[in-house]
Amino acid sequence: MGDAANSAPAEAERFAIGISFGNSCSSIARISPEGKAEVIANEEGDRQIPSILSYIEGEEYHGTQAKAQLVRNSGNTVAYFRDFIGKEFKSIDPTPCHQSAHPQQKDSTVAFTIRDTESETPNTVTVSEITTRHLQRLRRSASDYLGKDVNAAVVTIPTDFTDAQREALVGSAKAAGIDVLQLIHEPVAAVMAYDARPEATVTDKLVVVADFGGTRSDVAVVACRGGMYTILATAHDYELGGASLDQIVIDHFAKEFMKKHKTDPRENARGLAKLKLECEATRKALSLSSNAQLSIESLVDGVDYGSTINRTRFELLAGKVFSQFTGLIQQVVKKAELDVLDIDEVIFSGGVSHTPKLATLTSNIFPEKTKILAPAASVTAVNPSELSARGAAFQASLIQEFEHEDIEQSIHPMVTVAPHLTKAIGVEFTSQTDSTFQPLLGAETALPARRIAQYFAPKEGGDVLVRVCEGARDIKVTKPEPKAKEPAQDEDDSDFDSEDEEEEEIREIVWKTENPVAELAVKGVKAGSKIEVMVHVNADLGLQIAVREVGAQNAVRGAVNGSA
Amino acid sequence: MAAAQVVDISLPNLPQGWAGEKDFKIVGALSSATKRTVEPVGPHFLAHARRSRHNRTFSEDERLQAQNNVKKTETEEDDDISEDEDPMMLAREAKDWKGQDHYAVLGLKKYRWRATPEQIKRAHRKKVLRHHPDKKAAQGKSDENDSFFKCIQKATDLLLDPTRRRQFDSVDENADVEAPTKKLTGSKFYKAWNPVFVAEGRFSNKQPVPTLGDENSTQEHVETFYNFWYNFDSWRTFEYLDEDVPDDGESRDQKRHVEKKNANARRKRKTEDTVRLRELVDECLASDERIKKFRQQARAGKDAKRLAKEEEIRRLKEEKEKAKAAEEQRKKDAEEAAKADREKAKKAKEAAKNASKKNKRILKGSVKDVNYFAAGEPTAADIDGVLTDVDLIMGKIDVDELAALAEKLTIAGTDSAAVKTAWSGEAQRLVDAGKLKAGEAKVFV
Repeated sequence: MGDAANSAPAEAERFAIGISFGNSCSSIARISPEGKAEVIANEEGDRQIPSILSYIEGEEYHGTQAKAQLVRNSGNTVAYFRDFIGKEFKSIDPTPCHQSAHPQQKDSTVAFTIRDTESETPNTVTVSEITTRHLQRLRRSASDYLGKDVNAAVVTIPTDFTDAQREALVGSAKAAGIDVLQLIHEPVAAVMAYDARPEATVTDKLVVVADFGGTRSDVAVVACRGGMYTILATAHDYELGGASLDQIVIDHFAKEFMKKHKTDPRENARGLAKLKLECEATRKALSLSSNAQLSIESLVDGVDYGSTINRTRFELLAGKVFSQFTGLIQQVVKKAELDVLDIDEVIFSGGVSHTPKLATLTSNIFPEKTKILAPAASVTAVNPSELSARGAAFQASLIQEFEHEDIEQSIHPMVTVAPHLTKAIGVEFTSQTDSTFQPLLGAETALPARRIAQYFAPKEGGDVLVRVCEGARDIKVTKPEPKAKEPAQDEDDSDFDSEDEEEEEIREIVWKTENPVAELAVKGVKAGSKIEVMVHVNADLGLQIAVREVGAQNAVRGAVNGSA
Repeated sequence: MAAAQVVDISLPNLPQGWAGEKDFKIVGALSSATKRTVEPVGPHFLAHARRSRHNRTFSEDERLQAQNNVKKTETEEDDDISEDEDPMMLAREAKDWKGQDHYAVLGLKKYRWRATPEQIKRAHRKKVLRHHPDKKAAQGKSDENDSFFKCIQKATDLLLDPTRRRQFDSVDENADVEAPTKKLTGSKFYKAWNPVFVAEGRFSNKQPVPTLGDENSTQEHVETFYNFWYNFDSWRTFEYLDEDVPDDGESRDQKRHVEKKNANARRKRKTEDTVRLRELVDECLASDERIKKFRQQARAGKDAKRLAKEEEIRRLKEEKEKAKAAEEQRKKDAEEAAKADREKAKKAKEAAKNASKKNKRILKGSVKDVNYFAAGEPTAADIDGVLTDVDLIMGKIDVDELAALAEKLTIAGTDSAAVKTAWSGEAQRLVDAGKLKAGEAKVFV
């Protein structure tokens, strides 16, 4: 947006960070002077700051301290309020707030009745006010850490946020002294967090972003084409999340406790709160080690309780929930009218993504060439909990200098809604025996677009034909001979859950030429040189092609007029 | 995106008989596109937005961006124009480096404490290129004097070390701005004092430092400013002025003595500096016209409030009195009216009484005048019968009817028949109205 020359900063001292505002946890990040994304720890050293506020005698507690209050002071503790912002009371699901302050109706918006001052009478505080206080604390943490007054931010939101929710969030942030430069979608922030790493290169790829949070799960298919992102499909599950896994651990330990003591700790409100808090910690510990301990003082009737659980046990118990997670991924790939073979990367985001079993189960769905970016599957993976914040920080660093008007114009639908290719464009290689198609611009590339590629000329040189075509992807399914156990087979093996099945299908992608568009000839090519093909597609589907021998001055050019 | 991907496939040969105009042939068209929303994030989107907003093509945009980048580096190169070098400075000996002005040595007099490490590095490079001993030798000046080069090295070493740079900045008198000595008014005050505080603000641990502002600054701004300066948190140290501590192992006592002396001197200087700053702020505050203005405003505001309050009280009182008077007046009027009404009613009542008395007299008189309808001398029974009837009728009729009857009887006068007709008519009327039973009146039938 805007040229560097005319984008003088709106205010002299705008300092922007990235904020990932989650239902259960929030994080803040900035881009360090060296250009690396850096997640900021708050005063307590937490990089994942629970989105919880608690009040005791007029004093405000935030983050981990507030989370501890869920046991003793649940009535004055507000948690899981992000999804209530800008929503009507009728349309919210208050289940996650079962063990904290209950949401109530106030002028059609949502509010909480808490004692947030020293007086005994409770106040009714709207969710936007709570959000303001939460963001204020985040802002203060960032300002303290950086030694500069943070007054602007890029905030991540789920893809299903409505305009009313966006407006309410921006309003709350404004009240907290944060100028929201832009709201960006969480899955895209996660993709960008990976692409913004200095070692990353711009490639065309299809990415599944699996965001498994504390109380909800969102999965999206994002097409990355030349560094531009387009969301192709999304799927949400508002009940599936870390809480569902916690429930399994809770039930496991509760049953074990009942065997010894004949009382159900889940029937006691405080017992359940303690159990929940500790089981969450235990579940998180299981992501890192194969054994995890649990010890709770005075769980019920003054009885202390301690036990351990190992990872295999947990994975067995949670098998059903895990399959829900992977089912969501499969569902979204189907919704995008794609096949698992099309997916180049799976990015795991959100706290639950630390769970190793989820990564292994997911890698079973996808072919081997698909990169699974989760800490359990890849050493280069970024901490999934930090992805959104990093992406937001990167975007903040890009647009920090821009004026508001500039940003608004750039995110206007006039600019963002662009035609996308329905079919891949590429070059066909026809030899005497067979013809192959090599895509240059993938489907779902936003227009206008330009790509350059170099191909080898025939060994002997001479005249060369470049045939630019539209291609289509087909999935070839071949059933091998029952006894064929050639090593070539496991190349494209997509081993679904049934390992012992005799006849495994080989599924692979085959490109087929569908519609030739233009042919160009390069004459007198030297032996062993390369041919550079530049294809430029306009927004009106007009096509400009230039082909030249690498090193040569003259190029063969041609244009195909657009249909629209 | 400009980078080309290399694909490891060789292109086919041109088939025989292929022909196209200028080696190009259109065979088909692209299939239609779908509209989707691109996520507005990332550097490549920004480039896309720039292109679509300014209607640029890829190559145009690349060219413009490249131009912009070039411009930036040029201005960066230009910004620190090398300053003139004082020949006195060039002749300095490196061994008394403590006395030299490090910024002047590097040609950064203009920037001083504002110079960024980047600028210092660049300035150092520039100076070294000019004063390197090898260069001098190449130019044929073989005076073997590389002392200024050593000065440059010393200055760079010091300025690139944050701690030592602060120590030097603390005592860099050339960066100080003298406070105005006489009282200034109007815009001159702000012009003279502002640089003083900007210079003093370099010692602040808290950044940014609030500015002095101008005559239009808000009270809050001014108060923040003076509060900041009265609670000034300074990092200024005076280690740079320390006496050299003897480094030989022999005289440990001497060393300790010097160290102690240094520490005392530092402390003393620091205290003096704090006092100096305080006095400076006092002085500025004393001649700051805004303080007076705010005080006046506050007083004016208070006075206005008080006056308004008094006015309000007075008004309320007046209103109350007025209301009271009106109420009394109304009561009095009402009483008088009631009295008059009463008297009038009394009079009317009396008049009516008199009239009915008179009428009754007429009624009784009428029968007497006609001799009780007897031809001769009436008998007692006659008189009694007539009078009984007269009384009966008189008891049944009201005042108006009485008056009407009296009128009729007056007209009738002493005509016996007419009187009897009048009476009989009245009796008949009463019977018709149901007030009198038929036959109750004996004489008037």
